[in-house]
Amino acid sequence: MSSYESFRSSIKAGDWLTFLLGCTCVILFTLKLWNGDLADRAIIRSGGKIFKEVPLSRDLQIEVPGPLGISVITIEKRKARISSDPSPRQYCVRQGWLQQAGEIAICLPNEVSVELTGSAKKYDSLNY
Amino acid sequence: MTASTIKLATTSDDHHIAKMAAVALGLTVLESAIPSPLPGVKPGLANIITLIVLARYGWRAAVWVSLLRVVAGSLFFGNFLAPGFFLSLSGALCSLAVLAISMHLPHRWFGAVTHSILAAFAHIAGQMIVVYLWLIPHSGIAYLIPVFATAALVFGTVNGLIAARFMDNDEKSDTERQA
Repeated sequence: MSSYESFRSSIKAGDWLTFLLGCTCVILFTLKLWNGDLADRAIIRSGGKIFKEVPLSRDLQIEVPGPLGISVITIEKRKARISSDPSPRQYCVRQGWLQQAGEIAICLPNEVSVELTGSAKKYDSLNY
Repeated sequence: MTASTIKLATTSDDHHIAKMAAVALGLTVLESAIPSPLPGVKPGLANIITLIVLARYGWRAAVWVSLLRVVAGSLFFGNFLAPGFFLSLSGALCSLAVLAISMHLPHRWFGAVTHSILAAFAHIAGQMIVVYLWLIPHSGIAYLIPVFATAALVFGTVNGLIAARFMDNDEKSDTERQA
């Protein structure tokens, strides 16, 4: 028996089954944990109340009024950001694009926030 | 003052276990020299020894070899009772628990590769549980699961193939001896 054949004989039918099961597990994990959490909706709040809920599938610009003026929220390529805001420190603008479910940009002075949600709402430290 | 010697009565089983644990330790040290892309992703070459011990001497011996390797290895690297030690320990314990079950699978159909893959997944599961409950209690570590699972599958398969190869040689030399 050649060395190669003896090597093959040590792999049994069930081993292939286990290997395939392992592959399935890895693929399922990857799909579930890496792709499932991309956000599909944006919740825009003003003064603590929901101002608008929009899907991320359409590109658009939304103007949200607040106590200081108007914040502009841009949705583009399934991402969302606050593109302009009258707040003095511009933290929410500098936060840039949001893409994952659970990400949030908050402009405290103007009381405007954008939160992304996916198919399932996840908890984060803000919920605590 | 006379020099006193302490002699422990040892059985040949003890010698086998000690030898195999020493080989496992050697592999652990060897593999620590291999650079890893992500902390925690290691080939786990010492598990080849655990698999061979499991096949040759049974589960209890495999537990001994595996735990000796974890404890003595942590003494080598100076992380005894440090987080890394508990990660190794939890991984090893989970693997051994799964091996205790999987070794009863019909031998005709399931070989070392099956045991190795199952043990590798159990190993990473045990580690992730400790990481989540103790070190990083944040759901963000879930993002790393696909990476670890892939590593477990790949290294589990490779280690299993190597162990299967050794066991083949075992059987061959056995039959040669009988002939």
